[in-house]
Amino acid sequence: MTGAQIAASVIPARKRGEAVTETLFRSLLYGAVAVSFIVLATLLVDIGSEGAGKLSSDLFLNQPSKIRPETSGIQSAILGTLYLMIICAVFVVPVGVATAVYLEEYSDNTKWWNRLIAVNIQNLAAVPSVVYGILGLAFIVRGPIGMGPVLLAGAITLGLLVLPVVIIVAREAIRAVPPSIREGALALGATKWQTIWKQVLPGSIAGIATGVILALSRAIGETAPLIVIGAAISPRFNPDGLGSKFTALPLQIFGFSKDVDATFLELAAASIIVLMAILLLMNSVAIFLRNRYEQKW
Amino acid sequence: MASSPPAVSASPGRVDLTRPGGPRSTGEAVIRGLLFVAAAVSVVTTVLIVFSLITETVKFFGDVGLSKFLFGTKWTPQLAGEQQSFGILPLLVGTLYLTGIGLLVAVPLGLLSAIYLAEYAPPRIRKIVKPVLEVLAGVPTIVFGFFALTFVTPELLQGVLGLQTEQFNQLAAGLIVGVLVLPTVASVAEDAMSAVPGSLREGAFGLGANKMKVALRVVFPAALSGIVAALVLGASRAIGETLVILLAGGSGQLLPEIVTDARDSGGSMAAFIASTATGDAPTGSIEYETIFAVGFFLFLFTLVLNLISIRLVNRFRQVYE
Repeated sequence: MTGAQIAASVIPARKRGEAVTETLFRSLLYGAVAVSFIVLATLLVDIGSEGAGKLSSDLFLNQPSKIRPETSGIQSAILGTLYLMIICAVFVVPVGVATAVYLEEYSDNTKWWNRLIAVNIQNLAAVPSVVYGILGLAFIVRGPIGMGPVLLAGAITLGLLVLPVVIIVAREAIRAVPPSIREGALALGATKWQTIWKQVLPGSIAGIATGVILALSRAIGETAPLIVIGAAISPRFNPDGLGSKFTALPLQIFGFSKDVDATFLELAAASIIVLMAILLLMNSVAIFLRNRYEQKW
Repeated sequence: MASSPPAVSASPGRVDLTRPGGPRSTGEAVIRGLLFVAAAVSVVTTVLIVFSLITETVKFFGDVGLSKFLFGTKWTPQLAGEQQSFGILPLLVGTLYLTGIGLLVAVPLGLLSAIYLAEYAPPRIRKIVKPVLEVLAGVPTIVFGFFALTFVTPELLQGVLGLQTEQFNQLAAGLIVGVLVLPTVASVAEDAMSAVPGSLREGAFGLGANKMKVALRVVFPAALSGIVAALVLGASRAIGETLVILLAGGSGQLLPEIVTDARDSGGSMAAFIASTATGDAPTGSIEYETIFAVGFFLFLFTLVLNLISIRLVNRFRQVYE
């Protein structure tokens, strides 16, 4: 029985005063929840109405142009975002899943360094994104690595930023695989790694995939780290390799938003619609994967 | 057959069933080593963050002086000569001011939403409300920044409310920072309240308490450590928020005095970093060092808040799980 049902069955008729406060409190709760709905709806309507007029083939086929805002597009930003996402995934998935496997299956929590790794990851998940930008600027773009503000530098910076998200979600997915599965495999003579590779990881793949997609959607929505590492705004060329200069949708939106010309604000809104459509698509895939492949033990 | 008995590992409740030694153990050890290396990446990340911040910050203090930085009340790092001043106080106050407005929005709304979800919402409504909060949490901050700039300031504040605000103002930025933090507060607080065992509620109902009393006097106090964790995490997110403030609140580049009017343009530490580090500040210049000095303090603040909230979250998990 839920709390509500218990309440309904147990509570006798009340004094009028108490009923009034209860009703007031209830409406307060409804009001609070309604705010989220209203803000989200207003935001979608506002951006939709502002950007819809610019959603034409020009937007996808042309490059950004300061001189001709009417036919300006965002092709370099769309491709930049897609490349960033792919490179990020190549780096983040193995490292993130390996870390989660280590923490869940191997690490001995009585050792201080293992506890340190776990707390460190929880903290990294809440470090402001702009600080990751500083790290990227100091170590990857300049300093020891010094590769300049190129696609690979952006992808590594964003990868480090979302790595904790992948680890935290993957740990939960691995933890959800019941110990009996592991014990069964080990009893049949599998080694620890065989057990993990053949039983634990396949059993947690739905949760891990969901986590990876959520992490990547966070990565492609980030602006601040890309600003700080000095990624280009409004380049008129597509990225053509790991060492190529690049921009991404959020950064392009930022560039458009700072312009005084109203046409650029419309372009910003249209770019937001494109970005949100990509995010919506990714989240639908995540929900599909979760429903299709989730294991019930 | 294995001659030695299975070794009992140190973690409680789990028995290590693998056979020690044998031909396959070398490969197993290599894999274990590789996994540890992957886990070390995140530690190295933290070390590099701290290292990069500290080295440049030390150089910065060598040029500017610690007391001028900490106690100065004029923040004009971009001006030249006599006019240049590095007193961080206005920037610090601006950061806390924006965080304060944000929390004024996020804390009541977030906690009330959490109470609704944990105690009141029927499963059918929960299935609608939860995804809406998740979508809100997933909207990129640049989108919220654009919304604050093109809707909240001109339409809501200047239009509907008729306020005389600057184009960049702390009120619009702070309000939207609050909206941005709301889902974080709601979700962590709801987890904490849902972790309170049903027996506590049933006991209170049995003593004749009504639903509101159970929520406010039983569940809320029982989940207090988790609720505080939600607030602290919310504050940490608000302090680190960059884009909304940069687009709608002010860049924090030029604060000759402490801004106390919410209708005026201001700025935060994070916004200052993003507006200064646009890629062309030459390495070694005072401009470049300022980024790191401000970043160092931003990192320090959020680190303290994060550690508090991690501690509290781990505590409420232990108590009820």
